[in-house]
Amino acid sequence: MMPVATTFFFYFLSIIAVVSAIVVITRKSPVHSALALITTLLSLAGLYLMLYAPFVAAVQIVLYAGGIMVLFLFVIMLVNLEKAQLEERFNKQWQVALIAVLTLGALLIFIFEKGRSVFPQTVTNFPENTNTQVIGLLLYRDYLMPFELASLLLLVAIVGAVVMAKKRV
Amino acid sequence: MRPFLDYLHSSVTPGEYGSYLWAVIYILIIFAVASVAVMLMTWLERKILAHMQVRLGPMRVGPHGLLQPIADALKLLTKEDILPDEADKVVFWFAPVWVMMIAFLNYVVLPFGRTHAVTDMNIGILFVLGVSSLSVLGVIMAGWSSNSHYPLMGALRSSAQMVSYEVAMGLAIVSAVLMTSLNSTGTGTLSMIGIVEAQKAAGRWYIFSMFPLGLIAFLIFAIAMIAETNRAPFDLPEAESELVAGFHTEYSGFRWSLFFLAEYAAMIGISSVAVTLWLGGYLRPFPNLLSGHSWDLAFSLFPGLIFAGMALMCLIGAARMPKIPQMKVQTIGLWLFGGVIALIAVVLFLPGVRERVQDIFWFAAKVAAFMYLYIWYRGTFPRYRFDQLMKLGWKVLLPVSLAVLILTALVGIRQDLSTVLMGVLR
Repeated sequence: MMPVATTFFFYFLSIIAVVSAIVVITRKSPVHSALALITTLLSLAGLYLMLYAPFVAAVQIVLYAGGIMVLFLFVIMLVNLEKAQLEERFNKQWQVALIAVLTLGALLIFIFEKGRSVFPQTVTNFPENTNTQVIGLLLYRDYLMPFELASLLLLVAIVGAVVMAKKRV
Repeated sequence: MRPFLDYLHSSVTPGEYGSYLWAVIYILIIFAVASVAVMLMTWLERKILAHMQVRLGPMRVGPHGLLQPIADALKLLTKEDILPDEADKVVFWFAPVWVMMIAFLNYVVLPFGRTHAVTDMNIGILFVLGVSSLSVLGVIMAGWSSNSHYPLMGALRSSAQMVSYEVAMGLAIVSAVLMTSLNSTGTGTLSMIGIVEAQKAAGRWYIFSMFPLGLIAFLIFAIAMIAETNRAPFDLPEAESELVAGFHTEYSGFRWSLFFLAEYAAMIGISSVAVTLWLGGYLRPFPNLLSGHSWDLAFSLFPGLIFAGMALMCLIGAARMPKIPQMKVQTIGLWLFGGVIALIAVVLFLPGVRERVQDIFWFAAKVAAFMYLYIWYRGTFPRYRFDQLMKLGWKVLLPVSLAVLILTALVGIRQDLSTVLMGVLR
């Protein structure tokens, strides 16, 4: 069987991701921005699929595109749009932005140069058919303690949210 | 050409076989059959509801109103397509397309038989969950872009409802997936065909395993899936008495019919998921009680027998038609209809066809039972109030599904647990 993960799909998905990410910050309406962000997240899920990680792709869709973004839209719909559009959208902080962009760019170039020696050139045989099972075994057997600690952290966050939202506990 | 035809002798899905052409053929067939099923569902719903309320329902177009869906479709296509002036044009245009796309995306992983699925994904059931969580976006887009009060209220209700019921639904699914891991290797599967094959290996449907845990998980899913598809008694997003038509109030004509089509396609899709997870998918009834070669043969004759019975009914009816000139066309039509069904019955009796088609038959029969339940609920239950709906979702279904999940896990490891306990006692 021919591999589906061709270069064409990589560029296709990357272009969609980058273009819609630009749309996120240029659109006036917050709903349009949120929808463009969903497009970015979906194309990222496609990129995960190309890395032979179907589980991560599915979780990306379920959690980010389907869960968090729905809550985003839920809140945005309740905002008075006319008022939101009048407000200043860009803060004039170009010095800070320039430093941040230069740092990130330098970091990316550094990784690109250094990566040749650090990361393996050849692709190992990914267990695509048992991807989910392997992740499950890793999470619940090899890294059980960190996993449970992370879930405890999330529980604390949930309790915190309830305490903050409720006036009288 | 040869590898193309060779596929017919293989026993895998087109996706596993790696044939794009066969995958496209399967997609087209599934799309066509699902669309026809949706049309029939609209007719059946009106007809069954009418009979439940001691009415006749549609009677005018075709025999017993059978051609009513076609008349409805023509009416919708010729209606004016209204685009509200203050609406957000792009999002308003995109919302029905998105809803439709998502509703049919589920069908990619549904196994209608061991070989009859577009593809079998390693993440099958997670894919279904992801797709169903994306369907909320279409409703939100439609409600917001209409720039009107009723649609916005409908969309808010709908998104809150779907997000809350997805939690209970996901936990119920996890307890079914846990059951697949109770084998010699100890690892389960998320693939849809894998789940059905695990039920085959276990010799029982998951609704009956670990009684009553499987049954409770199934019931939670069955309740949550009605809320997910926005059907009565959870049809608050489109409550006529309060919100006109909810999130699609501003839609008309073809766009509205896309919402309609998507709703029924989603109903069939999510029922298929329930059937796959708990009712043995494409397996025939009584896999272990009535096993053996002769029972296999008897069950494989079932679809042909049903069609033969229908053909007999048609032909007897045609013979008993009154012999008057006004009824001549109907009589000839009924003879032809009965003849076609008899022909299908003969084809279904052929050994080669019998083996491959009976999977689809059992799957379709189980899904049809769910479709009838959907109509039955609508004819029986009054609509929930919004706070009652939220209370049911968060305070009843969620804790119960969590308890079922934990109990399923405990029962699953009872042997290891008892050895550990014995060790501690000693």
